[in-house]
Amino acid sequence: MTTRRTPLYALQASRGAKFVPFAGWELPVQFSGLVAEHKAVREAAGLFDVSHMGEVRISGPDALPAVEMLVTNEVARLEDGKALYTVMCVGNGGIVDDLIIYRESAHSYFLCINAGRREADVAHMAAICKKYDVTFEDLSENYAQLALQGPKAKAILQKLTEDAALADLGAFSWKDGTVAGIHVRVAQTGYTGEHGYELYVAPAQASALWQAIVDAGVPYGLLECGLGARDTLRLEVKYPLYGNDIDLEHNAYEAGLGWVVKLNKKHDFIGKEALVAIKAAGPARKWVGIEMLEKSGAPRHGYAIYDGDREVGVVTSGTHSPSLGKPIAVGYVPSEMAAVGTPLFIDIRGKRVAAHIVKTPFYVRGES
Amino acid sequence: MSLPQDLKYSKEHEWVRMAGDVATIGITDHAQDALGDVVFVELPEVGSHVVAGASCGSIESVKAVSDLYAPVSGEVLEVNDTLTDSPETLNSDPYKAGWILKVRLANKADLDALLDAAGYQAHLG
Repeated sequence: MTTRRTPLYALQASRGAKFVPFAGWELPVQFSGLVAEHKAVREAAGLFDVSHMGEVRISGPDALPAVEMLVTNEVARLEDGKALYTVMCVGNGGIVDDLIIYRESAHSYFLCINAGRREADVAHMAAICKKYDVTFEDLSENYAQLALQGPKAKAILQKLTEDAALADLGAFSWKDGTVAGIHVRVAQTGYTGEHGYELYVAPAQASALWQAIVDAGVPYGLLECGLGARDTLRLEVKYPLYGNDIDLEHNAYEAGLGWVVKLNKKHDFIGKEALVAIKAAGPARKWVGIEMLEKSGAPRHGYAIYDGDREVGVVTSGTHSPSLGKPIAVGYVPSEMAAVGTPLFIDIRGKRVAAHIVKTPFYVRGES
Repeated sequence: MSLPQDLKYSKEHEWVRMAGDVATIGITDHAQDALGDVVFVELPEVGSHVVAGASCGSIESVKAVSDLYAPVSGEVLEVNDTLTDSPETLNSDPYKAGWILKVRLANKADLDALLDAAGYQAHLG
């Protein structure tokens, strides 16, 4: 696979970013340092390049039933200028991807998908869309995407636009407008647990927008941030990462995403029958938060979870939490072991370390 | 990047400071920078024997876990327990306060396999 670079690569390299491969892209993992970047987002603001994300549009007379068929959440509830989070499943309830859907009009929906799933998503969605009177477009090459996140994000955005409505957007609302003289689509969404925005911009203007946000944001304590901080921030608030925490082998109920499954929505959707049965029987395993009971390194993706000597589950993501100053992890365990306080062991590089299940999210805005 | 001239270096980015037959071992400035913020250090036990080129502990940053490789063989005489509570010392002072372990050198020839500062610099490219 050829490794791709975002339109911001040259600018980021000139700022001392370290790059890593991710989902077929060469992306900045950190600029000044992961922990400093993480704390900047929690306390001030951070700017991320998420141009690797994919974008598609489904439009036409049957756009609503086609999109409803693809996803579990109820798209009919959306109004123009609103967005929702959902998963897209296959017939057995396994998750193809998690995504955000923006309603542009009653007959046009803009979907933001994961970079690593673009090929699979496009094949899946295009096949379904053929059965409807809709146009399916993969627009991923038309957009770069920047995420401005943190308690100072609003003040920074306000400095860069005369359109007060942009910075005032409510959660999961979006609007097209002008930021630093550049045409952008601004959504009040994010992957950090903080207030913030995701900005869709033409690739040719991504560097100018990045520079303008940095110039406006530095006085507020903004730092340029890499994938490393993005991962620790999302894990502290227990947002799943596709490929690590959710995949075709896990269903929405196991993953704790039952809240985006609307079994009673008017339109039919793929996976409904299986999800009805899973909900009725109760999921066999659950995705839980874990903390260690002894001093240790952090559990990482793939480490085994034990109940005594019996292997019962697996860690799907883990890290050292910069906000809490201790290791945190998430993983799947049998449902009967999912209660908060349940003791277990994690095999950390050959050593069984005592741990227990904790309440999540690990970090709540304004509590730490 | 700081690179003291009086130390020996391994290609795995450890440094060795000799005093008599006692080797003090740590990781280089380059290594700590590449690892990022160190949050946990797994130290070998005092009295255990480490083998040149083999893993004798681990260093964990927020990003990832890396093995600590023993640059020389010998008995572990002392470990830097302050790293348990202040692992970030490896980032702030890798050549002094951030030393990791002291080993009684079992085989002087191990030192011949190590690089001097110029050789390590060349290895870093």
